[in-house]
Amino acid sequence: MKKIEDQVTTVISIASLIGRVEAFRKGAYRLVQMNCSKIGEQFEINYSFEKDYRFENIRIIITPDTEVPSITGMYWGAFVYENEMHDLYGVQVKGINIDFQGNFIRTSIPYPFRDPSYKGEGPCQGK
Amino acid sequence: MSRKIVVPFGPQHPVLPEPIHLDLMLEDERVVEAIPSIGYIHRGLELLVAKREYPEYVYIAERTCGICSFIHGMTYCQGIEQIMDVDVPPRALYLRTIWSEYSRLHSHLLWLGLFADAMGFENLFMNAWRLREQVLDVLEETTGGRVIQGSCKIGGVRRDIPQENLAGMAADLSPFEHELGELGTVFLKDDSVNSRLVGVGHLSRDDAYTLGAMGPVARGSGVAIDIRKTGYAAYRDLRFEPATETAGDCYARCAVRVKELFSSVDLIRQAIDRMPEGEIEVKVKGNPEGEYFSRAEQPRGELVHYVKGDGSKHLVRSRIRTPTLTNIPPLVKMLQGCELADVPIIVLSIDPCIGCMER
Amino acid sequence: MTYLKRSPWILHYDASSCNGCDIEVLACLTPLYDVERFGIVNCGNPKHADVFVVTGGINEQNKAVIRNLYDQIPDPKVVVAVGICATSGGVFRECYNISGGIDTAIPVDVYVPGCAARPESIIDGIVQSLGILEEKRAKMLGRKRTKTAGTEGR
Ligand code: SF4
Repeated sequence: MKKIEDQVTTVISIASLIGRVEAFRKGAYRLVQMNCSKIGEQFEINYSFEKDYRFENIRIIITPDTEVPSITGMYWGAFVYENEMHDLYGVQVKGINIDFQGNFIRTSIPYPFRDPSYKGEGPCQGK
Repeated sequence: MSRKIVVPFGPQHPVLPEPIHLDLMLEDERVVEAIPSIGYIHRGLELLVAKREYPEYVYIAERTCGICSFIHGMTYCQGIEQIMDVDVPPRALYLRTIWSEYSRLHSHLLWLGLFADAMGFENLFMNAWRLREQVLDVLEETTGGRVIQGSCKIGGVRRDIPQENLAGMAADLSPFEHELGELGTVFLKDDSVNSRLVGVGHLSRDDAYTLGAMGPVARGSGVAIDIRKTGYAAYRDLRFEPATETAGDCYARCAVRVKELFSSVDLIRQAIDRMPEGEIEVKVKGNPEGEYFSRAEQPRGELVHYVKGDGSKHLVRSRIRTPTLTNIPPLVKMLQGCELADVPIIVLSIDPCIGCMER
Repeated sequence: MTYLKRSPWILHYDASSCNGCDIEVLACLTPLYDVERFGIVNCGNPKHADVFVVTGGINEQNKAVIRNLYDQIPDPKVVVAVGICATSGGVFRECYNISGGIDTAIPVDVYVPGCAARPESIIDGIVQSLGILEEKRAKMLGRKRTKTAGTEGR
C-alpha cells in the first residue's frame, strides 16, 4: 500500500515544549491541530505542524494534573484547542490568551472525556 | 466619547441554520471584539469508539456532519487503512474521489445559496438550491442516500457505479457546468452582491497562514494550501490547481468557492475518463494497531481524523478536527473592526459548520 | 388538499443534529419540493409559528432553549420531530451529552423517521401534523364555546 505521507512523531519532554514550538514558528510552519488523548492513566498531547505538505508531530506525555504551558504566545489561534482540551479533559493550561474558563464547549458533566460514561448501557429494547 | 456595549449574537439567529453564539463588544456600530462560545450541539461522539467496533464507527464518523458526510467517512476509513496497510483497489479510490467531488459541489452550492439568503437575495438562494438538487440526484442514484451516503467502508467502497452510468454522468456534466456558469456570473458580477461583499471582513495573507485558516478562507487570502495536493484517494493522478484569490475579503472567499465548482466538475470528468477496471473492495482482517493523522480536503478546509488503535476491536481514540474549528480564530480576527451589519455576512463567509465543529 | 384551509407557518430549530436533517428541511422550501405551494412558510419567530419542526436530539444545553421556544408558540401548536435523532437519539443515543429524543423535553405530535429523513417524508409529516393542528383548534374552540355557553346560562 502506498503511504500517503510520512508522519514523524517525536516524543519530547514538557520542559522543551515551548522551545520546540518556537522553532516551528520561526520555520514558518502552520499549526495543524492539537489534541489530547487518554492512554491508560496518562494524557498524550499532540501538537501537529505542517509546512509545504510536510507533516510533523510532537507529543508530550503527562499525568492528568500536570499544568501545561500555553502556546498561544506563538500561535494565537491555538486558543480553540487549548480551551477544548481544558473543557473535555480538564487539562490545566497556563496563560491562554482568550481563556473561556471552561465555557468554550458547555458539557452536561465536567471533563467528560476524562472518565467516559455512556447513556443507556443496556441493550436496545431490553433484549 | 463612545460607550462600549456587548451585543449577543445567536444562538438562534435568522441567517444561521445552526446555533453558534458570539458576544460582540461594540463601540457605536463598530465591533471591537468578538468572543465565540459553542456547545449547543455538542454530542461527544468521539467517545463512541469505545462502544462501536472500528468498522461500525464509519457510520458515526459519517454522521459528524450531514453536509460533508462522505468525506468524513472516507477520511476515517483512510486512517484505518493506513494503519493496517490495506491495499485499496484503484477503482475504489477513483469512486471515492468522484463522490468527494460531488459532495464538494453540493456543499458549495448549499453555501452559495445560504450566503445569498443572508444578503437578502432570495432568488439567487432558490437558484443555487435548485442546481444542488441535480447533484443530490446523482448522489442518490449512485449511493442510495441524498445527504448521508454510507457508501464508504474500510477496504474500499460498498457500491460500484456501472460503466454505462458513468458515461451518463459525464454527459450530464456539460449542461450542468453551463448552468453553474450562469449562477457564478451573478455572484461575481452582480452590483448588489459586489457592494455587499467587496472589502468586507478582510483577512491578510500572514494572518490567514499563522492563525491556521484552511480551505477557501486561506485560499481567499492568497495562501495556496489544498490538502488534495498530498495525493490521497486518486488525487495524485489528477490534474488540478488550488483556486486562489488575493484580496482576502468576503468577495474573494466567495470567488474561490465559485472557481472550485468548476474545478470539481473538471476533476469528476478526469476521474470518469481514467476510471480503472477491477475490484471495489478488499477484505480486511485483524484489528488496527498504531496511529495515523488522516487528512483530507473538505469543502470547508482541512479535515483531520486522528485514529489510534491498540490491536483490539475498539479504537483507543478517535479525534476529529474539523475545518470550522481552525477557521474560528481567523473569524475572530476578521470581526474586529467590522460594522455590526456586516457580522452575519462575515460569519457566513467562513462557511461555519457547527455540527462538525462541536461533534 | 382540501383540508388545508390556512397557511401554517413553521419554526425550525436545530437541536443537536448532524445537519443532515436540517438541510433536508431547508431543501423542502426550495424549488424542487417547494412547500410554499401549500402555503407553508418558514419563519424565524416563534410567536408567528404554528408548527414547530425540531431536528436532532436533546442535550443539556438546548433543553431550556427548546422549552422556551415551545412556550412562546401560541396555541394551538404541533411539534414535528424530524429524523431518527429527534425521535430517540438515534446513533448518538449513548453519547453522554444527549438525553434522548425531543419527547424528553416537549410533547411531540408527529415523528418523521429516517436518517436523514427525506424531504418527501418531511412534507408528509408536516401535512399530517396539520390535521392534528386542525383537531386541536376545533377542540379549543369547542371548549371556549361551552365555556361561554356556561356563563350565559348563569
Ligand atoms: S437523523 Fe441522521 S441525518 Fe438526521 S440529524 Fe440525526 S444523524 Fe443526522
